[in-house]
Amino acid sequence: MKLFDYARADSVATAARDGAVPGARFIAGGTNLLDLMKLQVETPETLIDISRLPLTAIEEREDGGLTIGALVPNSDLAADPRVIERYPVLSRALLAGASGQLRNKASTGGNLLQRTRCYYFYDPATPCNKREPGSGCSAIGGENRILAILGTSDQCIATHPSDMAVAMRALEAVIVTQKPDGDRRRIAIGDFYRLPGATPEIENVLEPGELITHVELPAAPEGRQTYRKVRDRASYAFALVSVAGIVAVEGGRITAAHLAFGGLGPMPWRNEAVEAALVGQEPTDAAFHAAADALLANARGFGSNDFKIPLTRRTLVATLRELTQEG
Amino acid sequence: MFGFGKDDTNALTMNQPHPDSLLDTGVQGVISKPLDRVDGPKKVTGTATYAAEYAIENIAHGVLVSATQGHAKIKSIDADAVKAIPGVIDVITDYDTFIRNSQQGGETSAPTQGVRTIDYFGEIIAIVVAESFEVARDAAKRLKVDYEPLDDAAFDYEANKDKAEPAPDGLIKGHYDQGDFDKAFENAPVKIDVTYTTPSQNSAAMEPHASIAVWDDGALTLYGAYQMPTSDAQQLAKALGVAQSKVRIISRYIGGGFGSKLGIAPESVAAAIAAKQLGRPVKAVMLRQQVFDATVRRSNTEQRMRLGAEAGGRIVALGHESITSNLPDEDFFEPVGIGTHFLYGGENRRINHDVVRLNWTLSGSMRAPGEAVGMVGMECAMDELAEAIGMDPIALRKVNDPQQDPELKVPYSSRNLTRSLEEGAKHFGWDQRQAPGQRREGDWLIGMGVAAACRSNQLQQSAAKVELHPDGSATVSSAMTDIGTGSYTIMAQIAAEILGLPIEKVTMSLGDTNDPPAAGSGGSWGAASAGSAVYLAAERVREKLAKAMGVKAEDLTLKDGMAIGDNRSVPLAELVGKDGLSAIGEIKPGQQEKQFNQASYGAHFAEVGVNVVTGEVRVRRMLGVFAAGRVLNAKTARSQCLGGMTFGIGTALTEELIHDPRTGKLVNHDLAEYHVPVNADVPQLEVHFLDERDIHANPIHAKGIGELGISGAAPAVVNAIYNATGVRVREMPVTLDKLLDHLPAL
Repeated sequence: MKLFDYARADSVATAARDGAVPGARFIAGGTNLLDLMKLQVETPETLIDISRLPLTAIEEREDGGLTIGALVPNSDLAADPRVIERYPVLSRALLAGASGQLRNKASTGGNLLQRTRCYYFYDPATPCNKREPGSGCSAIGGENRILAILGTSDQCIATHPSDMAVAMRALEAVIVTQKPDGDRRRIAIGDFYRLPGATPEIENVLEPGELITHVELPAAPEGRQTYRKVRDRASYAFALVSVAGIVAVEGGRITAAHLAFGGLGPMPWRNEAVEAALVGQEPTDAAFHAAADALLANARGFGSNDFKIPLTRRTLVATLRELTQEG
Repeated sequence: MFGFGKDDTNALTMNQPHPDSLLDTGVQGVISKPLDRVDGPKKVTGTATYAAEYAIENIAHGVLVSATQGHAKIKSIDADAVKAIPGVIDVITDYDTFIRNSQQGGETSAPTQGVRTIDYFGEIIAIVVAESFEVARDAAKRLKVDYEPLDDAAFDYEANKDKAEPAPDGLIKGHYDQGDFDKAFENAPVKIDVTYTTPSQNSAAMEPHASIAVWDDGALTLYGAYQMPTSDAQQLAKALGVAQSKVRIISRYIGGGFGSKLGIAPESVAAAIAAKQLGRPVKAVMLRQQVFDATVRRSNTEQRMRLGAEAGGRIVALGHESITSNLPDEDFFEPVGIGTHFLYGGENRRINHDVVRLNWTLSGSMRAPGEAVGMVGMECAMDELAEAIGMDPIALRKVNDPQQDPELKVPYSSRNLTRSLEEGAKHFGWDQRQAPGQRREGDWLIGMGVAAACRSNQLQQSAAKVELHPDGSATVSSAMTDIGTGSYTIMAQIAAEILGLPIEKVTMSLGDTNDPPAAGSGGSWGAASAGSAVYLAAERVREKLAKAMGVKAEDLTLKDGMAIGDNRSVPLAELVGKDGLSAIGEIKPGQQEKQFNQASYGAHFAEVGVNVVTGEVRVRRMLGVFAAGRVLNAKTARSQCLGGMTFGIGTALTEELIHDPRTGKLVNHDLAEYHVPVNADVPQLEVHFLDERDIHANPIHAKGIGELGISGAAPAVVNAIYNATGVRVREMPVTLDKLLDHLPAL
């Protein structure tokens, strides 16, 4: 671990201001950042400790949704009765991630900003464009079992590791931030993350010092909700494929569908063509396969992750069956 | 002092059976009981001191530097830049003395030394020492090393396996042929010819390898996390070029070893050299990634199984030919066929081991070397043979359960394979097993599998001292270790039973080479070897008590601190005198292990669910039935088996070290991506012990148990997957991608 300075922020405003200094990083739970610092994948000059800021409330919104403070621990969010009742997809996604101890420490804002678990990103002894721009991608042509099949570029095939963010993408969450100049932004989660392209080191639209303060969940969409995570062991493993699904059926037809996917791409993945393939259709396997066709139209495997393509199809079809079956 | 020397020795070489045991005639009633671990309270309160936790004054912190090339020469190391970092004390690169890799367990020679030439990615090449761990770690990362890559690297198993050569004879023969295998196989009415593979694995013990080196007047004390301090001290002395008497190892508590701490690892030598050069104590704890990269791995295996049988199931040709890997110039090879030599009959046999030389981490012993992975080949092949014949797999095993060792033609000392299978079948509900692919509950295909368990039993020369103090309490001391297995507890139980003491009256001292030498913890021999040494020492102390009381030893009863005999009852404290009584016990293997094949046996049963959508496999329940001689503590013995069965689940389903074939680099060298089973992967496991005594093994009549639970556990799971799905996956671990293409279309 490289030596660093440490400062505790006493307000959102000072945090955003101090966070804008080059080399500064915010730290809340530190469940990902500290690991990366030990490995010197991350080498901040200064840590701005935001963990004592008053961002730990979960509040009702007028539209029937919830506003979640960025420092709400994952455990608390998963256990909140309103989340369990109205957003079971989110509660399940949270509980599918990490371990009890990590969920106690991990914050809502930090979870959105997790770095990829790509083996090579984690190892400074190997080239990685995300860690060291221009050094090359070791995963292409190397081991890529856990890496992406959608949204990749020739520079990077990393996946975003979060479960929580996948559910939030299906729920069309809005990420609220404060900038160093005091301006606040509301960013739809669909606009928050960036594809790797030629700059895989840039993962989202946050500006220097811009601090996530809240996440807004709009009122829960109509329909049945579930989160299905497929992984290599029963707990404490990142998703090979996950599906956050909210599907409504009325009068024998699908009237609404919200679907997001983990383990497939560099961001919690959503493709509106998948939902369009379902809405208005009868809930049949044919419709489900058409949705999978839409999702996987541009999927590309890199060798050891080829299996994710059929796995995604099967998981999606089975999840849609579960969400639409009668009774 | 009644004419006895203070520390006289009661030595026994197992040349004869030992039918009488004081553990059967003792009346204290503590032996075999499921007592809590005597070291448990210390561990859960954090007061058990592990190697890295000793508070030593003026200690300096060392962090090891890993090579970032897989096969190269070091041209130079730019130490000066790093030495300029505030807090850095020194960068030590002793190219000739540093060890290339860990030493194998039990060896008494120095490990392979010299690190100027890099032979595998992550090899330890230097140690940076600083005033704090954090500064040392930063400096280690920043150290610039200039390499010259070597062009004869072998990083890819598949590309190099054609170059495999016969293994040198070692623990078992490299190649073994009996009868006419080729002809018998060709003529067999039923035959199978299949190849199974298992990947490289890591022990992944919770505690990383750690050493604190303290020199005092030319003598080294090393606080280490080692399984076999007696031989480790010999290895370390030779590696450092000092007399053996100048090296003391203290390993009182060890956070798991599973083979990876049998021999010394690079951190011990580096810490010792640094401490000597700097003239102050140095601590070196391997980073988790370094534990993966630079200690030992279990070799990957490729196993060609050829079984030829008569229609009734009797095996006439048994072929088990394996390829494993190791570094150039290393003698160790994974003894894949070690259990195959004696598990089943069959006159015509071929058990061959070939080794391909790769620039990968050293391969060495990991829990049940040989059986743990070799039984995947053997026991899955038996499942396939049973199906080819149309026979129940348990019936097939019973038909081939031999009356004597099929190669050495000597009797078994004790063997309850068939009984384990039968009792397990009854208890597990084996008769409910259906044809492959027939049982489904919702999205889950359900299947059952069975496999035999076997693990060769070993006795290793070991000594222990028992002291009975004037206050009537006792101390047991030995250089034996407790690596989490329960040695502290079972050794205390043996002493308490023989001396008639409540367990609280026995104080244990283990893991210090200043105490009587012992073989340590490895090969499942610890309990039997060190336990027998305690037995012999306590037996001699008991004789002294009899003498002091004026009765014959056989007429003496010891219970609750009282000596009873000749119609008298006397507190022990009155008999021991002001100096106490003590004796050393020493056990040695003898003719009994040549005259009998000694091994533990059992049977594993598994029920799995395979998700019909995703191919995820979840073990639903497992049962292990084991016969391993006397069970010394029903609780710790059960825990050993639970741990072994859990390892088996890992072998079957999740554990795999992945090497990048371009660089030889281990890509998943941490606990996030090297998947050992977690709680959610491990269902209720059941363990049953059969009542058994082995009078040929040792005076306590116990056999090895630490590795029995893993041996055969994985193939039971794999066979259950076949029963669930009708799909044979022969490549471990059975991850979902290997099943996916064979599942019903959605």
